[in-house]
Amino acid sequence: MSGVLVVAEARRGELRQVSLELISAAREVKDAAGGSLLVAVLDSEPQRFARQLAADGVDEVLLVPTPTEHYEAHVAQRALEELIETERPALVLLGHTIDSLGFGPAVAARCGLGFSSDVIALHWEGGPLASRGAYGDKLRAEFEFPDKECTLLMLRAGSFEPSAPGGGSAPARTVQLSLDGVAATEHLSFREVATGDVDITKAALLVSIGRGVEDKANIPRFEALAARLGATLSVSRPLVDAGWMSSGRQVGQSGKTVKPRVYLALGISGAVQHLAGIRAVETIIAVNTDPEAPIFGVAHYGAVADMFKVADELERVLG
Amino acid sequence: MKIVVPVKQVAALDDDFELLADGSGVDPECVELDLNEWDAFSLEAALEVRDDAGGGEVVVVTVGDEESEDALLSCLAKGADRALRIWDEELQGADPLAVARVLAAAVAREEADLVLCGVQSSDAVNGATGVALAGYLDLPHVAVVTRLEYDVIRCTATVERELEGGLVEVLRVCTPALLTIQTGINEPRYATLRAIKQARDKPLEVTTPGELGVEEAALVAAAGSRRRQLRPPERGVAAEMLEGTPAQVAARIAEIVHERMTG
Repeated sequence: MSGVLVVAEARRGELRQVSLELISAAREVKDAAGGSLLVAVLDSEPQRFARQLAADGVDEVLLVPTPTEHYEAHVAQRALEELIETERPALVLLGHTIDSLGFGPAVAARCGLGFSSDVIALHWEGGPLASRGAYGDKLRAEFEFPDKECTLLMLRAGSFEPSAPGGGSAPARTVQLSLDGVAATEHLSFREVATGDVDITKAALLVSIGRGVEDKANIPRFEALAARLGATLSVSRPLVDAGWMSSGRQVGQSGKTVKPRVYLALGISGAVQHLAGIRAVETIIAVNTDPEAPIFGVAHYGAVADMFKVADELERVLG
Repeated sequence: MKIVVPVKQVAALDDDFELLADGSGVDPECVELDLNEWDAFSLEAALEVRDDAGGGEVVVVTVGDEESEDALLSCLAKGADRALRIWDEELQGADPLAVARVLAAAVAREEADLVLCGVQSSDAVNGATGVALAGYLDLPHVAVVTRLEYDVIRCTATVERELEGGLVEVLRVCTPALLTIQTGINEPRYATLRAIKQARDKPLEVTTPGELGVEEAALVAAAGSRRRQLRPPERGVAAEMLEGTPAQVAARIAEIVHERMTG
């Protein structure tokens, strides 16, 4: 088995950015993997993505028509199993995304592949080597895949520079697979989560609070602090899960991607999913009691301190 | 109505953890063990489905050594009916595919109507074990579920799947099926003191992969990866740390905010 197979992602007629990140990661290792770089896209009308996916370094775009209009996990699972069987890649790259997490691990299990998810760096030393977080991202671990002819890796979105769309000369090939009757779920609808009265994506200054706030009763004082600073209050996921704040205020992968000039993170440890939402922020200031909190790895300024004491003192400074 | 809930005892590093000198792992003295946060929500979802259906059984399963029994006991105290712990020394450090392979043998034996897993564990954060388990069992599956309505007459589940950026997909799946449950789907209950005491009287079976028909060779074949090395992360742009009293920190923050907002 040789070469790399990238599985692109599309949703509601749009190619997802992670697809181009996967292509760029694949380009880096394709020579070492000893073969061609194939990019497959599964969609009801896959040809609409052929041009964008023919990025520099791609050898062939595989268009796989699906019987379902939208992503369906079991259809994707079967399609990838068949592609691995016929194309025989040494490496399969998927995004570590909600859609791909719905079928990637099942394919790896059923086909006996090497496997790692949430991969943030990829190397090749006679075979793929994958780096990822361990112990809630406090440590880095490197994985190898001995005795595996094919390895499936799911790459964290935002960890690899995206390739420019198009620009290459890769031909497209339509691959007809028998996917009728494979779907095991029925799509009913899409729904946007209500954003409520505020739009945190438009704010220039965000005061963002996380688990460190400890109690719902403590939220009003940070609302007041945000108001004093002329900022908008946003939150990390645990506060929405607890029902303390509406999901319209949530920053992160499942919430909103924000890009204020300043993001003041109070009591937010910085889970991967949260950090995904603040990548484009110019200045991140983080206050957390845990010196090992991952947020300090991305923040521009950090303080190991109690968010309540700092908030009190900020109120005082603002007079 | 039988619902199987695979759970995990997770390891959180305390503030001053140490790596073992050879990079093979973390000093076991430096970890705190607890039931995985996601599993509290999948258990609660299972208990709610059982109670709404007017009866049935919730079985919690874990792959782990004796220390992981605390996680099972806390599930029993919250209302699970029965627990199963599977362990063998060869499972030390097992990857998600090997764990899923073992769980598959246990879940197949139970003939469950629903299998509810947490989306991921807070320590390993693979997000893979549940869907890999569905793959081994050839069960219909939906990942990252934030709402679940089970129709006991039609044996269907109407679920919401949480996508990126505040988008939700509503879909229907026929059971038996496996769902991975996201945090926030419900409000996990606390166990009463009385229930915590009584949990020890509920059935807790301990078994091995071998007894479930999974030979060592099958586990080796299933394993998807091997960890070479564990090390502290190299941080990209390390934060400039603001030192001093909270008052000094606050004064610097006010300055930085002012500079950036007016600059």
